[in-house]
Amino acid sequence: MTGPLLEFRNVVKNFGGVTALDDFSMTLAQSEILGLIGPNGSGKTTSFNVLTGIYAPSAGQVLFEGQELTGVNPRAVYEAGIVRTFQRSRLCLSLSIYDNIMIGDTSRLVRGLWSNLISRRALEKQLDVTQRQARDLVATFSDHLADRMEQPVGALPMIERRRIEICRALISGPRLLLLDEPSAGMTHDETHQLMDDILDVRARGDGLSIIIVEHEMGVIERITDRCIVLSYGRKIAEGTYAEVAADREVQNAYLGTD
Amino acid sequence: MTNTPLLQSDRARPWACAGAVILAAGLYGWALLMAEETWQVLSLLILAVVATGVAIKTGFVRRVERDWAASETRLNRLAFAVLIALILVLSGAHFALLMISTVLLYFVASLGLNIQFGFTGLVNFAGAAFFGAGAYTAAVLGTMPMIPPILILIAGGMVAMVISLPLLIPIVRTTGHYAAVVTIAFGVLFRTFLEVNEVLGGPQGLMVNSMKVFGWDFYDAPSVGGLDISFYVNYALLAAGLAALVFTLFRRLERSWIGLHMDAVRLDETAAACFGISVKRTKIQAFLLGNLILGVSGALYGMMISFIAPASFTFSDSLLLVSIVLLGGVGNPWGSAVAAVIVVLLPEKLQLLQEYRFLLFSVLVMLVLLFRPEGILSRQLRNFFPDRRSDA
Repeated sequence: MTGPLLEFRNVVKNFGGVTALDDFSMTLAQSEILGLIGPNGSGKTTSFNVLTGIYAPSAGQVLFEGQELTGVNPRAVYEAGIVRTFQRSRLCLSLSIYDNIMIGDTSRLVRGLWSNLISRRALEKQLDVTQRQARDLVATFSDHLADRMEQPVGALPMIERRRIEICRALISGPRLLLLDEPSAGMTHDETHQLMDDILDVRARGDGLSIIIVEHEMGVIERITDRCIVLSYGRKIAEGTYAEVAADREVQNAYLGTD
Repeated sequence: MTNTPLLQSDRARPWACAGAVILAAGLYGWALLMAEETWQVLSLLILAVVATGVAIKTGFVRRVERDWAASETRLNRLAFAVLIALILVLSGAHFALLMISTVLLYFVASLGLNIQFGFTGLVNFAGAAFFGAGAYTAAVLGTMPMIPPILILIAGGMVAMVISLPLLIPIVRTTGHYAAVVTIAFGVLFRTFLEVNEVLGGPQGLMVNSMKVFGWDFYDAPSVGGLDISFYVNYALLAAGLAALVFTLFRRLERSWIGLHMDAVRLDETAAACFGISVKRTKIQAFLLGNLILGVSGALYGMMISFIAPASFTFSDSLLLVSIVLLGGVGNPWGSAVAAVIVVLLPEKLQLLQEYRFLLFSVLVMLVLLFRPEGILSRQLRNFFPDRRSDA
């Protein structure tokens, strides 16, 4: 591997007078797990939204595998191989688990009216393949959940919804997975299970890189290779979890100075 | 959508309950169409309300839904056969056949709206305008003898689709209330345009030539074995065929990747975009397809009633179409079928209600939204290939 997988170069994002991301630069290596931490409002989710094309950056560049990915639309980001989960899980609650996960596989599905409505042979084949993949993916997390693929997502507890969100993100075989506060709204035990899940995903060894935004420091300590700490949109520290936890400026950002 | 497990029914005849309901509905339809006196109609209505209430309370509705999931194709065919039988049984009754055809065409129109609103979440308060565009197309093209009338139906849909093109910009850019206001404005503009346009007959409207198939005029009533057969039989059969065709396409759309993406766009645009779904393309597809269907049903409606005027395609008529979708159950075609019967038949059968019909429907829609927000029949989970379920 030559260059980094992902690179932010001096990215700025302003909302009116508020600077949510201020001259933010970072790199991510192939198959690395990077933790993005910082107090509320420090720009973690904003950096995800800039990366996935929901917001265009006010200045700076985003490069993915050496290609310019600055200010393109979310679809182009997805097609480049970047997928995400959301802080408040954004699933289609009235749809089945199958349907929700298959939404993640858009790039491989036929799009034309003819093949969707009239001659449905290809659609039927894709349905079989995609449903089997979705089921296998869910089964790596929970066999119990894999038996309930035709139930609506709205009836499931939070941890199962997170798992489905992660499956929806993984089914297209992405290069980079962005996890936005996967432990939000879950109990201690559930968080623990989910960490195991994420490590399982990584252990599959297909070179997937992960960026994780998280408030639960136990999660960050256990699964990340490296951390970046943000405060008021600026990067204030970078290194392993032990290094940044010992950093005086990081402690001040979290606890305040006197 | 309710949580109806798509499990194989364990009974010996997993279609028996639903089959009985279809036959009962056919019989009920016949009784309602033949009822002349107000007291007859009222007692039939009370019967329907009580039966529906009991069916919901005892879980019979669930059971029918389960039947339907288990043997869908068979039941759809039975429903179509019962409809055709009903048309043939009533072949001498002009008015009853006109009612059946009107219900069927409103049903088809509501399927168009359901693709827009039910699947994709696009509010369209100009349904009657697109319906009317189809009818006016039929009136204009009907005067040209070299155009085969089947083509006129398609042309009606195309014209409805083409006049909706300018609306795409606001539909794609705005959401919710804003898009709704734009469509209301369009509907009003459409009517005003017709009223001032002398070529299209102005406020007095236009005559529409009747349907012809291979040189056979639909107004030449056939006579079988000396029996008088209403010319409306032709229209009722054609409307039934159109309804079956559009229903099939509607179901296929729902059970396709496009349908899945429409749901995704309705439920969460941002998440949909993050998974490679083109929100714009999906909305455009839904809007144009819906208007095409509205236009085709309008064209046949125009030929059938043979005289159209701007007053038939007002904002109130658009609301009527929307209320069919809301009453029946957003996204459920069978719900729309039931609601189309209520909305079309009720005011015709109870003449004393005619004046108050909009009041009645507003109250009905409010009651349904209060007590059964998912509509009379709620939408079911997607089952891409229902007939394969048995071997899964």
